[in-house]
Amino acid sequence: MDSDISTGFTTDQSFDAFEDDGYDDLDTNSVVSVVAEEPLSYEVPYTSLSHEQLKQRFVSSVNQIQNLCGLSHEVAELLLIHNKFNIEWLGERYLDNPARTLQSIGLDLKYADYSFAPRLLPAPPNFLCAICCDDATYPVTFALPCGHRYCASCFKTYLRMRVSEGDIRLNCCLNSECRFPITDSVYKLLLSPSDYNRYRDQLIKLYVNCLPYLKWCIYPDCTYAVECKVNQADLDHIIPTVECNDGHKFCFGCSNEEHAPCICRLFAKWNKKCADDSETANWINVHTKGCPKCQATIEKNGGCNHMLCRKCGHEWCWVCSGPWSEHGTAYYNCSRYDEKSGQEARDQQAKSKASLERYLHYYNRYANHLESARLDKKLYLRTQKKMTDLQNSTSMTWIEVQYLANASDVLQHCRRTLMWTYAFAFYLERNNNTHIFENNQQDLELAVEKLSEMFERNTSELATKRLELLDMTSYVSTRRSLLLKDTQLGLLEGRWKYNLSN
Amino acid sequence: MSFPKRIIKEAERIVSDPVPGIIAKPHEDNLRFFDVIIDGPEGSPFEGGHFKLELFLPEEYPMMAPKVRFLTKVYHPNIDKVGRICLDVLKNNWSPALQIRTVLLSIQSLLESPNPDDPLANDVAEAWKEDSSKAIATAKEWTNKYAK
Repeated sequence: MDSDISTGFTTDQSFDAFEDDGYDDLDTNSVVSVVAEEPLSYEVPYTSLSHEQLKQRFVSSVNQIQNLCGLSHEVAELLLIHNKFNIEWLGERYLDNPARTLQSIGLDLKYADYSFAPRLLPAPPNFLCAICCDDATYPVTFALPCGHRYCASCFKTYLRMRVSEGDIRLNCCLNSECRFPITDSVYKLLLSPSDYNRYRDQLIKLYVNCLPYLKWCIYPDCTYAVECKVNQADLDHIIPTVECNDGHKFCFGCSNEEHAPCICRLFAKWNKKCADDSETANWINVHTKGCPKCQATIEKNGGCNHMLCRKCGHEWCWVCSGPWSEHGTAYYNCSRYDEKSGQEARDQQAKSKASLERYLHYYNRYANHLESARLDKKLYLRTQKKMTDLQNSTSMTWIEVQYLANASDVLQHCRRTLMWTYAFAFYLERNNNTHIFENNQQDLELAVEKLSEMFERNTSELATKRLELLDMTSYVSTRRSLLLKDTQLGLLEGRWKYNLSN
Repeated sequence: MSFPKRIIKEAERIVSDPVPGIIAKPHEDNLRFFDVIIDGPEGSPFEGGHFKLELFLPEEYPMMAPKVRFLTKVYHPNIDKVGRICLDVLKNNWSPALQIRTVLLSIQSLLESPNPDDPLANDVAEAWKEDSSKAIATAKEWTNKYAK
């Protein structure tokens, strides 16, 4: 599993997590990979790239420009950095006007194929470094081809500081009037090996950050990047879920956790809704009323409908919001219920109550799966223990108990999918298409719960029900696949209608 | 306290050979601190004013730019309420070959030619763009009020 390139066309990759590649042909594995043979409609092609591969890409881009424009490697690299690694644009620009393009990085046309072999030299007679003004003897000095000579130690300190601040785009000669650029060979000569490596790493970082089709894996400390050619404009009907070679799944479109089948835009909207306080406001709307006279917020917590505002002393009816004086002696019930004056207030209240209930319906289910996803790790650990137990208590071998790991993986993955189906469904308009979506969702949910239940069984039972569990695992992933396929098709057809007022 | 040769030399020179219209005096106990007075350039709304600034040379100087701040209130699109200055040589365009005197000269010329298109004090920049004669009048008023 350490190979450096993985393509997005295999869904069963995560299930391989516990296996060596050599065992792929065993039946334990083939059961869950029924749907994984060819590209699935809801998956986008992508490539996971290691640091080493990124370096190679970087160098080959430089070579490309070098050959196209007849530049030296160093100059080509500098131009590429300065032009945000946009090869096509730079190529055109250079062929159109080489002098001006080179001018933009402070070079003359005569330096186009300039290869610098920088050297440290002893100080010339009467030399005084304008930076440190130290009259002591200077062991070595340095100057770029522009001839502005400074002591080597000042030059080194300067470069080290630029690199440590991550300021590497275009550094020039120390002279404030001079724009002669500092090229790779100079960095190499003047920086310590570790600082030079740091500089090269920063270049790779810049390279990935500049190119829209490359992104770093979003997981902390993960060093992989992913290449995926998906347009920002297409994100309304494509959900580019990718996986780096370390097994981290994320959305390439918005650099967030995996959220299929919910599209990026709704994902952001849902997260914002869950994070902000709008539902608190909604609760206040539903469970309290403002005093009709002074607007103080009042919660009715029992008792009769005869409200006495503590703040202003106004007496009013909870039911119709009218003054109590009109109610005569009919305590505990309001005969004026259908009176028009109170109707509008009640309608408004009913509306926000319905809206809150609707939100809570989706949120509770979403949160339930979120919580289950949080228990992922526990489940995973339990699985491992069960696998060991099974190996000890039955004649099953290590390979044979792997079906539990697969089941656990599928379960976790499906819960994540389910979670986002609820966020997606929250924004869907009520119509037949939505109904179909919800049927698919329900089927998946039922299957997931069933699998989850089977999983909870004790070890001895697990051993006897191995085939059943295998079948269920396969069924669950098929259901997930169907749901995602249909949602994707719907996105492409524009079948889903959103209600974004919520 | 010992100071790098460069700082000692610059301090000596700025005292013995001052720039016209600029006085910079290093603190006796710390050569990294300078009290500066810049005269408002002739023909600018700041003419006749004497603007106080403080200048500090950080540990990394000259690899990093000096820190300079106006102490006198100035109505200028590139100088904010607390006296911070938006000037390229103090930030991206700093070069270790620049000196205290070149920085102070740049500040003096910034007073002469405000740049409302790259503002630090947004409200002032807006005013400057909308009605420059009115803004200049305000700048003059502030100069009279705070810088004399």
